[in-house]
Amino acid sequence: MTIMKSLLGAAASLALTAGAALAEPALIFDLGGKFDKSFNEAAHNGASRWAEETGGSYREIELQSEAQREQALRRFAEAGANPVITMGFAMADPLSSVAADYPDTKFVAVDVTWLDAPNIRQIGFAEHEGSYLVGMMAAMASKSGTVGFVGGMDIPLIRHFGCGYAQGAKAVNPDVTIVANMTGTTPAAWNDPVKGSELTKAQISQGADVIYAAAGGTGVGVLQTAADEGILSIGVDSNQNHLHPGKVLTSMLKRVDVAVYDAMKAGENLETGVFNMGLAEEGVGYALDDNNAPLVSDDMKAAVDKARQDIIDGNLSVVSYYENDSCPAIKF
Amino acid sequence: MEKMPKWADVVLIPLISLILAAILSALVILGIGEDPVEAVNLMVTGALGSTYGWGYTLYYATNFLFTGLAVAVAFHARMFNIGGEGQAMLGGLGVALVCLYIPWPHWSLALLGATVGAALFGAAWAAVPAYLQAKRGSHIVITTIMFNFIAAAVLNYVLVNLLRPEGSMDPASARFAETVHLPTLHELLAPFGISFSKAAPANVSFILALIACVVVWLLIWRTKLGYEIRAYGHSEPGANYAGISSVKIIMIAMLISGGLAGMMATNNVMGEAERLVLNSTEGAGFIGIAVALMGRSHPFGVFLAAILFGFLYQGGAELALWTSIPRELIVVIQALVILFTGALDNMVRMPLEKLFLALRKGKA
Repeated sequence: MTIMKSLLGAAASLALTAGAALAEPALIFDLGGKFDKSFNEAAHNGASRWAEETGGSYREIELQSEAQREQALRRFAEAGANPVITMGFAMADPLSSVAADYPDTKFVAVDVTWLDAPNIRQIGFAEHEGSYLVGMMAAMASKSGTVGFVGGMDIPLIRHFGCGYAQGAKAVNPDVTIVANMTGTTPAAWNDPVKGSELTKAQISQGADVIYAAAGGTGVGVLQTAADEGILSIGVDSNQNHLHPGKVLTSMLKRVDVAVYDAMKAGENLETGVFNMGLAEEGVGYALDDNNAPLVSDDMKAAVDKARQDIIDGNLSVVSYYENDSCPAIKF
Repeated sequence: MEKMPKWADVVLIPLISLILAAILSALVILGIGEDPVEAVNLMVTGALGSTYGWGYTLYYATNFLFTGLAVAVAFHARMFNIGGEGQAMLGGLGVALVCLYIPWPHWSLALLGATVGAALFGAAWAAVPAYLQAKRGSHIVITTIMFNFIAAAVLNYVLVNLLRPEGSMDPASARFAETVHLPTLHELLAPFGISFSKAAPANVSFILALIACVVVWLLIWRTKLGYEIRAYGHSEPGANYAGISSVKIIMIAMLISGGLAGMMATNNVMGEAERLVLNSTEGAGFIGIAVALMGRSHPFGVFLAAILFGFLYQGGAELALWTSIPRELIVVIQALVILFTGALDNMVRMPLEKLFLALRKGKA
């Protein structure tokens, strides 16, 4: 009897520790892949920073196809991972059906703000504000008076980026010409550096000498070609200044890494609801480091910092593309 | 005289091929510094160790059953239909249209309607290459594979421009209504007191796939049409001499094949996603080729092979989730199995045939 009891006890404690070991965060990367040097990589950076600082471990998966989204979500929730962090707007639909089935699991949705569920932390970024700042810098750095924008997939979110960028450029130089192209209409457009490179060449031939890439992994091709052709580029999401030192004017930072880091740090006690990260919350911004310091003049920095402060104080408002699905500064 | 006994042909060759693939995969896993025993363990427990795992294994197997049968039927007429992927994509479109625009009162009727819609769309997609082959002699392999690309482009266009709901960023159709929700195995088995994982997507279309297996068997071996298809497959001039029309057989075999491939959409589109997304087929059309090859184009063989590939898919997904084996290597492992069971079949077959002949001589 006693042997039986201790055996049972051992089994129970084993089961308990197994359960405890699994209550670790999980991270689901979107289709661009973990090392897209941009959106997903920002999440990876946030997660690895958390892992380094706390010594904790987390689960992760890179999606291979659209159809896997729900399985990955369910599998992590089923295994007791908490919180389950998802990247990208496309997780909204699977989340809306899965989250209700696992009320005790907390989910984090980056780039999703419209779901109605009590256990999802939804994080939106004011990309138009950050893009406005880099748009100003683009127009100031441009000698030809033409700046370019290469978007990834043609969706409202990316138009939202482009719209802020165009408004910023026009604020500096009302006569500026803005050339805008989208890479494609499907998620494949997030990871098509070759097409990004072609679009860059086409924009250069139209006179653009600063090009902003808001296209995930596709942007790598944009930045590369811009550097090869001797014009300036602007990175997105992660700080991409280091990819081509002295050739990347700046990067529009979208602090997905901070969002992921915060979520992992909060763990199971994560606060849910909708969170909007703007300039004031340092959710977006522009990157300044040793790699691009020579490119950013004092005038430029002063003007951009003033605009930043004005936006935070409410003296300057950047029109969001979402407001009425159109942009005052550019037609897509 | 048979070169070797039937059991060796049906069981031994696939088994040896599998073992070879497994050994090579183990070496690959060892090569990147992971433990192959642990990996196999993960795959087995992940795919077969729980009703959750079984639910996913059977879900994938359902896809492969339909596409495998599709390829098998075409094989009997010596048509190499590698357009299952495109036909299944179009089948998905058929299912989506049927589910979105017709107010079904009950899922059973909806399933019937969706099956018809899927089969019609899949068959229509196979009809053009079939016609070109029958009338113009354009090679079916070339045309069907090109039609896969056209199907992907068509689906892209339809999802981005026509079916995407207002304001949505994701290129996917709206969700289907609650009434067309297909019962999952969980819901089907609950009345019998069997508890099955609620989260797994295996659903009633698995039963539809099993019925399709039986129907294909009846068709190929128990009907006049099936006899004609097989006769044509064995020898075209012979079949022509017997009064069998090549055009008719090519068209009918390919239409049935396309219809079967399209019917896969009742599982992945209607049963699982309940909306049409891009890439919903996930390569099942191509896996169907391997399944048909491994299953010797016999419905029962196709069934076994489909279960095996369902296991590989689900096991592979588990590996991706719980180990640091990169996703590309999981594709490599799956590809090795396909390579050995499909393409390198003769590598195992020839030595075995020699072995059996030698044994027989020894006895005689």
